[in-house]
Amino acid sequence: MTAIIKASGLGKRYRRRWALSGCTLDIPAGQVVGLVGPNGAGKTTLLHLAAGLLQPTTGTIEVLGGPPPATPAQLARVGFVAQDSPTYSALSVADHLRLGAHLNPGWDAAMASERIERLGLEPRQRAGKLSGGERAQLALTLALAKRPEVLLLDEPVASLDPLARREFLQGLMEAVADQGLSVVLSSHLVADLERVCDYLIVLIASQVQIAGPVEHLLTTHHLLTGPRRDPARLPEDQHVISARHTDRQTTLTVRTEGPILDPAWVVSPIGLEDLVLAYMSRTAATKRRPELEVQR
Amino acid sequence: MIDFHLDAHSGVAPYLQLIHQVRQALRLGLLSEGDQLPTVKDVVGLLAINPNTVLKAYRELEYEGLVAARPGVGTFVTRTLGDGSPAAIAPLRRELQRWLGKARRAGLDEESIEALMLTTFRSATEAEEDIA
Repeated sequence: MTAIIKASGLGKRYRRRWALSGCTLDIPAGQVVGLVGPNGAGKTTLLHLAAGLLQPTTGTIEVLGGPPPATPAQLARVGFVAQDSPTYSALSVADHLRLGAHLNPGWDAAMASERIERLGLEPRQRAGKLSGGERAQLALTLALAKRPEVLLLDEPVASLDPLARREFLQGLMEAVADQGLSVVLSSHLVADLERVCDYLIVLIASQVQIAGPVEHLLTTHHLLTGPRRDPARLPEDQHVISARHTDRQTTLTVRTEGPILDPAWVVSPIGLEDLVLAYMSRTAATKRRPELEVQR
Repeated sequence: MIDFHLDAHSGVAPYLQLIHQVRQALRLGLLSEGDQLPTVKDVVGLLAINPNTVLKAYRELEYEGLVAARPGVGTFVTRTLGDGSPAAIAPLRRELQRWLGKARRAGLDEESIEALMLTTFRSATEAEEDIA
């Protein structure tokens, strides 16, 4: 199976600042991939690199086994919806569908109009008059009707209210079930992604902190609580992601492939949200203590 | 047809919640042999979850021999899960209710009753396993 995205040493610099660096990924096809991280972490940069809107400063990126969309043939295989679901506010819903039909060789007109009807969108309505949720659905319809093999969505639900958010994800998941397409969607909220993703990439401070199938992430990360002790004295295969101490107790988030045998620890499973937060707090901690980081 | 729901805060993996709900429906007689489970697309559209989650749950149920997938048609129940007839369950329930009344009169609150039930259940199960 070809990878949706395969990146090696991928980096992008804007003047002095690295928006993304040392990014190495190999994501198998047929998955829904969540790209999560705080604002400004580099999510949009990674998606723009994958969509062919940006050229890498270092390293390489492949999408569906080829370079990011540069040729019309490759362009037809990749769908991309930028942040805030851009539409042409002066054009009507029907105009958008006509535009899509003209611009895309593999346009599925039947699917597009069926979807618009099911959503209850009035074809003569101007896009500028639609609600945020409706606009997001219109942009999704356009992206789906081009029948891409992979769909890249940048913060698709960030500006939507909870109901519109849910409806958007329902529509997206139906399309995944129907068309078998792969999806990469970003969000700064884990809760948005938790139910819909097979695969998660945690991107913080322009670096990929961890990436893998959600289930694997959940089975290899544990929350340990026990009497206070030095995290440096854990077995070698247990990597401490975050540590909190009170005068008597230590709470650790640990990543390990093996079992945790030390009876002093109470081991509990960790949720996806806490897992991501643990990585975030780790990055914040190393930022405060830059002298401990080797200069790269 | 049954409806699925998900508890986001239970900490139980969504596919396990789906399996549990099917098994529960089979036990309670809400589903019986020949009934169709909701299609993957229906479940996904209802709950806004990943289709692979539903597929995984259905595969697991198929592996347990409770359902069978007919390609292009849907997934159907092949076996029910009633251990113990209603006739046997009723007196057991009455006995349990009497016991609950006793526990309350002894001053146990709901949490203590639940804890007592759970620990007794566990140690009894372990004891049985040791014998077997």
